[in-house]
Amino acid sequence: MRATVTVMLKQGVLDPQGEAVRHALGSLGFDGVGGVRQGKVIELDLADGTTQAEVTEMCEKLLANTVIESYRVEMGA
Amino acid sequence: MKAAVIVFPGSNCDRDLAVAFEQAGFQVDRVWHKDQDLPQGVDIVGIPGGFSFGDYLRCGAIAGQSPVMRAVAAHVTRGGYALGICNGFQVLCETGLLPGALMRNAGLKFICRMQALSVTTSDSVFTRGYNAGAEITVPLAHHDGNYVIDDAGLAALKDQDRIAFRYHGNPNGAVDGIAGILSENRRVLGMMPHPERVVEAAHGGADGKAMFDGLASALVPA
Repeated sequence: MRATVTVMLKQGVLDPQGEAVRHALGSLGFDGVGGVRQGKVIELDLADGTTQAEVTEMCEKLLANTVIESYRVEMGA
Repeated sequence: MKAAVIVFPGSNCDRDLAVAFEQAGFQVDRVWHKDQDLPQGVDIVGIPGGFSFGDYLRCGAIAGQSPVMRAVAAHVTRGGYALGICNGFQVLCETGLLPGALMRNAGLKFICRMQALSVTTSDSVFTRGYNAGAEITVPLAHHDGNYVIDDAGLAALKDQDRIAFRYHGNPNGAVDGIAGILSENRRVLGMMPHPERVVEAAHGGADGKAMFDGLASALVPA
């Protein structure tokens, strides 16, 4: 089974890399890009029966730094 | 006086830090990240700069989960001293031994240059060799030194006089210009600049020497 973890900077934490991407899009002529936030997607191959609670624990302990990042877990088949 | 300097795969300031401790009079052991225990009788643990585990996932995140860091956490919980420099500061924040986090520099560039700092407090074993308010010049070499902490955490650092160093001119966007902070018991210091790289005149500056000499004078057995 698979799980997908999406890690993003928390709302309110300035994302300098996202801001640089926004500027670059503007200079390419894409108007109207009001904001860009970037994060990371982590795909996990897991033993069958792994629970969402276990993946959440992985996020809390390692995959996200909850001081500055939020995360979302999606359990797949 | 014994110091232990931790070595992770990708550490690259461990020798410099060991020499800085040795020159101040410490007996130094370098300790591999897989070791479960620190050497007997260690007074202070140094967590060096570098790129532990290639900065994969986040700077310091994987090093923070290594076996030796559990021993370091136990040492700190017992009231032991620890000094984390650059990547070592990131590791200490990742383990929760210091509050806050270090993000990508606001200007996105890797910063490698000499930097003026203010010594914000002299009330610690790390900074007792300086006068509060003194200006010192210490090298910076980092990509992720932009210190962030929430408002309540920042207020606590200020109220408890735990900001050890501030940048002049804030090169990386750190909140309140913070370059280094102390733990609540003042026995753990994390800082982004590299005092171990300026401990003798041949380095082009010696403003870091007072930190190691101050540590030695504080930790010398009575």
